[in-house]
Amino acid sequence: MSAGHHHHLYLDRASLIHRLPPQCKIAAVVLFVTAVVTTPRGSWWPYAVYVLALGAVAAAGRVPAPTILRRMIIETPFVLFAVILPFASPGPKTDVLGLTLSATGLESAGILLAKGTLGVVASILLAATTQPRDLLLGLQRLHMPQLLVQIMTFMFRYIEVVLGEMNRMRVARESRGFDARHVGHLKVVAQSAGALFIRCYERGERVHLAMLSRGYTGRLPVFADARSSTGQWAMAALLPLVAVATTVAAWATL
Amino acid sequence: MHVPDGFIDAPLSVVGGVIATVGVGVCLRGARRELDEKTAPLAGLVAAFVFALQMLNFPVALGTSGHLLGGTLAAVLVGPYTGALCVTVVLTVQALFFADGGTTALGINITTMAIVTTVVGYGIVVLLRALLPARPASVVPAAFVGALISVPASALAFVGFYALGGTTGLSLGGVLVAMVGVHVLVGIGEAVITALTVGSVVTVRPDLVYATRSYEQPLEIRHTEQAA
Amino acid sequence: MTASLVVHGLAFAYPDGHQALYGVDLTVARGERVAVLGPNGAGKTTLVLHLNGILGGGRGTVAVAGLPVTKEHVREIRRRVGIVFQDPDDQLFMPTVREDVAFGPANLGLRGPELADRVHEALVQVGMAEYADRPPHHLSYGQRRRVAVATVLAMRPEILVLDEPSSNLDPASRRELADILLGLPITILMVTHDLPYALQLCPRSVILDDGVIVADGSTYDLLCDDATMTAHRLELPFGFDPRSAMSVAPAASPSFP
Repeated sequence: MSAGHHHHLYLDRASLIHRLPPQCKIAAVVLFVTAVVTTPRGSWWPYAVYVLALGAVAAAGRVPAPTILRRMIIETPFVLFAVILPFASPGPKTDVLGLTLSATGLESAGILLAKGTLGVVASILLAATTQPRDLLLGLQRLHMPQLLVQIMTFMFRYIEVVLGEMNRMRVARESRGFDARHVGHLKVVAQSAGALFIRCYERGERVHLAMLSRGYTGRLPVFADARSSTGQWAMAALLPLVAVATTVAAWATL
Repeated sequence: MHVPDGFIDAPLSVVGGVIATVGVGVCLRGARRELDEKTAPLAGLVAAFVFALQMLNFPVALGTSGHLLGGTLAAVLVGPYTGALCVTVVLTVQALFFADGGTTALGINITTMAIVTTVVGYGIVVLLRALLPARPASVVPAAFVGALISVPASALAFVGFYALGGTTGLSLGGVLVAMVGVHVLVGIGEAVITALTVGSVVTVRPDLVYATRSYEQPLEIRHTEQAA
Repeated sequence: MTASLVVHGLAFAYPDGHQALYGVDLTVARGERVAVLGPNGAGKTTLVLHLNGILGGGRGTVAVAGLPVTKEHVREIRRRVGIVFQDPDDQLFMPTVREDVAFGPANLGLRGPELADRVHEALVQVGMAEYADRPPHHLSYGQRRRVAVATVLAMRPEILVLDEPSSNLDPASRRELADILLGLPITILMVTHDLPYALQLCPRSVILDDGVIVADGSTYDLLCDDATMTAHRLELPFGFDPRSAMSVAPAASPSFP
C-alpha cells in the first residue's frame, strides 16, 4: 500500500482538503464531474465557473498550478484526438486563420477538451490530496464490495514490486547493450514480461506466506478512523453543489 | 482507449454504468467459486501486472499509439470472473487517481475493457482448449488467439457506444475503421505478450494458471524411509 | 516442562512429486536456541513452512508447546510460531512500521490501547520504537529486518523461527541483531548458512541434509567436526576458526542443557 508511486502523486501538505475524509472527496469528485458532463451543448460560460471552482479547491488544498499543469500531460491522447475533429468532422465549414474547418467539429473539440480536462484536473486534485491507502479506505466506506477492496489493496502493494522488478530487468538488459528503440526488439520486451510475471508471482507468494504466518484470514484490519461528520460532508458538498447549480442554470437559460 | 469524460453523452454513460454494475455483480458472485482468501493476493498481483502492462504504450501507425488491455491474460491466470474484477480495479484506480479515463465514463471503460475482453478472450480460450490436446501447454496457443481477438472486440464495443452516444460528430464508418484497424494491430502485441507470459508461467508453475486447472492430477504423497 | 517444538517423523512431497522431507525428528526445549544448518535444497524452508501449518498433508507430526499443528488449531499455532522470513520486504507491507507491527495482533482480534501496548512493547524489544510512524521502505535493510522481527514478537510467540536472519546485513546491523536476539527470553530456531552467526547465537545446532537430520549436537563441536562438515557441504568462511572465535565470544553456551 505504501507504493512508491504515491511519492509523485500525493503532496504532503496540511490543508483543509487533505484533512477531509477520503469518502467525502471521492463522492465530491464523482458528482462534480457528472455535473460537468451534463452541461448542455451551446453554453460556454459554465466552464468558467467550473474552472474557478476547481481553482478554489486547488488553492484550499495548496496544490500549485505548475504541478497540475505538468500532470495534465496524461490527457495528450485525447487532445490529439480533439485536434483532428475540426478537420475530420462533416457539416458546414468555417474559415479560421486560413484553414477550412468544420464548425461542428470545432465546437465538439472545444466541448470534449473542456469536459475531459475538467475531469482530469478533478482526479489530479484528488490524487494530490489523498494517499492511496486513504482512497481505499474511502471506497470501503462508500461500500465498494470487500473483494474489490482486497484486490485493490494488494494491487497497490504489488505495483511497487512489479515496477521495481521491471526496472531491475531493464537495467540488466541495458547493461548488456540492449536498447529498446527498434520495433524488432518488441520480442525481447515481451519475453521479459513472462519472466517478470514469474518473479512477481513468486515474490507475491512469499509476501502471502508471511501474511498467513501472522494470522491473516483474508480481511485486512482497519486501524485508521475515517468516520466523517456532517460538517465535513457539507464542506465537501460545496464543489459539486456549485457545479450542479451551474449546469441547472445553463439548461434553464438555454 | 480510455474514454475521457464528455466523450460519450450522459444517458449512454449511465447505460454503460448500469451494464458495468450488473457485470461486476455477476463477477463478484462468480469469483467466490474461483477465489478463496488465499488467492486474493494473487488477484492483486494480476491487477498490478495489468496496470503495468497498460502503461506500456507502443506505437501503432502514423503517430497513434495503443496500449495493452490485459483482460485475457487476467482471465487465463485467475479465472474469468476474478480476471474481470482485476481489470475493473485497475480502471477504477486509473480513473479516480491517475486521471486516465473519465470518472463518468468508468462504466463504459469497465464494460469495454474489463467485461468484453474477459468474456471474449476467455470464451475463445475455453473453446480452443476443447479442440486442442488435453495438456497444460495447450492453454498457450488458446490464450494467444483469445487475446488477439479480445482487443478488436473491445474496440468494437467502444464503437457501439460511440454509435449510440458519441458527442463528437465524426462519421461512424471512419471511427469504426480507425478504432478496429488500430486495435487489430494492438491485438497482435497483446497476443504475443499474453502467450509469452502464460507460456512461461505454465512451464514453471502450471499450478498458478487457472485455465489449466481442469488438467490437474490428484496429489500423490510419496514416503521413503531413510535412516538418519 | 513441555518442549516448545516437537517434530516427529515429518515427511513431505510437493505436488510436482519432488520429495523434500524424508522423516525429520527434532525436539527443541523451551528457551533453547537451535540453529538448523544445511546446504541449499536440503529441505530447510520446507521444514519451516510446516511449523505453522502452511505446508502439511504428508506424514508425521509437529507440535508447538504441546498443541498439534492441524487445521483446527491453525490460528493459535500461527500465534505461537513466529516466522521471520528471509527478505524483510516480503514481510513488511503496511504504510507505517506501527501498522505493520499491529497487523499480526490485530488479526488475533486485539484493538485499541491493548493493541498499541503490544506494538510498543515489540518495537522496544528490537530498539525501533522511535521509527513507529515511518514507512518501512524508508528504513535501512538492517532496520527493516529488526521491524520484521518485531512484527512477529508482537504476537507473543512461543517460538521464534528465523530464516537466514543475517543475510544481506552489514557487519554493524548483524551485530545489533545478534544483541537483540540474545536478549530475548524466547525459544529460537534459526535456519542459516551463516556458520559463525550460528556459533555466536545458538549453543545447539542440527544439520539437515537431503530431507533428514544427519547431525545434532553443540554448535561448537559440529563446526569443529571437519568430516561431518565436508560431508554435508558446509564450509566455514575463509579465515574463520571456531576454536579461536569461542575464546573471544563465550556468550553462547550458558543455557545449553
